[in-house]
Amino acid sequence: MLDGSFWIILTGAFAGGACGLLGVFLVLRKMSLLGDALSHAVLPGIAIAFLVSGSRDILPMFLGAAVFGVMTTLLVETFHRRWHVQEDASIGIAFTSLFALGVVLISAYAGQVDLDQECVLYGEIAYTPWDRLLIGEQDWGPRPVWILGTVFVLDLLFVLLFYKELKITSFDPDIAVAVGIPATLMHYMLMSSVSLTTVAAFESVGAILVVAMLIVPGATAYLWSDRLPVILIMSTVFGIVSAIAGYYLAGLWNSSIAGAMVLVVGGIFGVSLIVAPQYGLLGRVIRQGRLGLRVAQDHILLRLVRESETTEDPSVHISDLMEGSVGARFRSRVAMWCLGREGFVTWDAGHLALSDNGLGKATDLLRSHRLWETYFSQLGLPEDHLHHPADALEHFTDEELLQGLHAELPNAEIDPQGKRIPKNK
Amino acid sequence: MAHAIDDATIPIHIHDMTVAYHKKPVLWDVDLAVPEGKLVGIVGPNGAGKSTMIKAIMDLVPKASGWVRIYGQPYARMRQTIGYVPQRESVDWDFPIRALDVVLMGRYGHVGWLRRPGKIDREIAESALEKVGMADYRDRQINQLSGGQQQRVFLARALAQDARVYLMDEPFAGVDAATERAIIEILMELRSRDKTMLVVHHDLQTVNQYFDWLVLINMRVVAAGDTATVFTEENLNKTYGGRLTLLSDAAQAVADHQRGVS
Repeated sequence: MLDGSFWIILTGAFAGGACGLLGVFLVLRKMSLLGDALSHAVLPGIAIAFLVSGSRDILPMFLGAAVFGVMTTLLVETFHRRWHVQEDASIGIAFTSLFALGVVLISAYAGQVDLDQECVLYGEIAYTPWDRLLIGEQDWGPRPVWILGTVFVLDLLFVLLFYKELKITSFDPDIAVAVGIPATLMHYMLMSSVSLTTVAAFESVGAILVVAMLIVPGATAYLWSDRLPVILIMSTVFGIVSAIAGYYLAGLWNSSIAGAMVLVVGGIFGVSLIVAPQYGLLGRVIRQGRLGLRVAQDHILLRLVRESETTEDPSVHISDLMEGSVGARFRSRVAMWCLGREGFVTWDAGHLALSDNGLGKATDLLRSHRLWETYFSQLGLPEDHLHHPADALEHFTDEELLQGLHAELPNAEIDPQGKRIPKNK
Repeated sequence: MAHAIDDATIPIHIHDMTVAYHKKPVLWDVDLAVPEGKLVGIVGPNGAGKSTMIKAIMDLVPKASGWVRIYGQPYARMRQTIGYVPQRESVDWDFPIRALDVVLMGRYGHVGWLRRPGKIDREIAESALEKVGMADYRDRQINQLSGGQQQRVFLARALAQDARVYLMDEPFAGVDAATERAIIEILMELRSRDKTMLVVHHDLQTVNQYFDWLVLINMRVVAAGDTATVFTEENLNKTYGGRLTLLSDAAQAVADHQRGVS
């Protein structure tokens, strides 16, 4: 027989993966709250199934949960559409009432069935290895592994088979209906899947923590990518990884396994918030830093080329190129180093001068700066307003914009300050 | 007379249709028979029920009474015949898909369940994007497109659907002049291929130039017919003037009674 912890981890990974996968669509439909609602509202279904069947058989449990899952969705829609209760309030009313009903049922009849609130609320994944699936005399291994494995595969099939339907109905239900894809049916299919997954997962991570597994991996993956297939894969992987890592963390701290799993997924979200390339904080800081450095380089090049227009000796001492705060001076210093490394400037005894390459690049910048000044002057801006917009735009003037400028100003030779605009090569 | 017309040749035939939101009627007793191959403008003030009419044709909002026939058949059987361009604001443009994916959605109805769009669908989608001048943006994330580009993508999606009738909700709203020109050119090209278009429109200045048929509405159809005969000052006064207060008071009274406020 395999080690007990292997079974626990496998159960957690199936639960995390299944929730992560479906959670993406909840996040995309801005229905995270409905996932939350479903995971709570299926509780009375489970309780009733226990009471009626008197056992923890999976089939009645699923049935009870599915009925209450779809009922929650119907209730929310009815409250909202028929009786004009705000949508978020409808969700809140439906799920808290049903959840309360479930709690009352379980506590009232707790003595009669093998089910307690603690287990439902917080899950008891640690018991996984001893909860055996027996068919006749044959021991088929831990029951939760079978249940969650089946649910994971079913969810995977659901998303694979109905990928395009899920995509279009999540994007816009009206468009979906207009091309002949029943948005309402897809909505209820998704809700049923979420209900089933919730029921299956509640044993391992608990009714409350399953919400985190439904929402956080999806929201995290959304930070990393703009492509739906990538988001789906990442979200599933985040769910699985946090289940595995959570298990070991719980062992380390001797704490609740389910709690640790959710803590890990929260941690992954936190880290993603910082390091995710496009929407993360770090990416934003790096992009801004790079931009600042480029602007500083451009300013140095412009200063040097202006110098070469007016004086015989076009070299400038580096101290004349650094001004402003400590940070700005440091940035200028780095900018000079970059320019030198790329061969745009040459160093000589603390003096900086343009190389041939640098002269070309600097002339381009000067041209676009003076063209912009001319352009804004023609728009009717007074002379003391011209430098600022030109200064902002000169760094971003690509070939296309430059051609546009030349087309607007075919005969521009002198800028508004009477300075010569360098000829186009 | 409506029953005298051979229904199977009429792209959109609306008979005595009333639409209500929360019991409050917003469109009253609409009768309309749109002829084939026309570029039809739907014009009227805000809240006149222009979008509602389009949505009611496609069963996207329930009808309180009356019926709609598409070439003589109920809409449910004629879905593939109708291409829809919703208002741009109606969708979440941060949705993680690319321009080509949106256009491909126009093919989903043809593809059928459990199958993916194939090579031919892809080619149709690409040529639709090309037609609206967006071929270079096929792999662009939709939230990186300008308003005019998003509108073009929407139009391309409808084109990919390869319909006979197009319903468009304010395709010219918030787009630049170049996009407006591009869109109208495509609409005229569609008309030359005998497609029928119903276009919700706001700008009275261009009505004469764009549309050969016109529906003026303000909670009911004020006038419908050839633009040359319908687009008159008198009809515009009827549409935009304050003479409909009685109707809107009546709607309010109906709603109040239903809610028990009166």
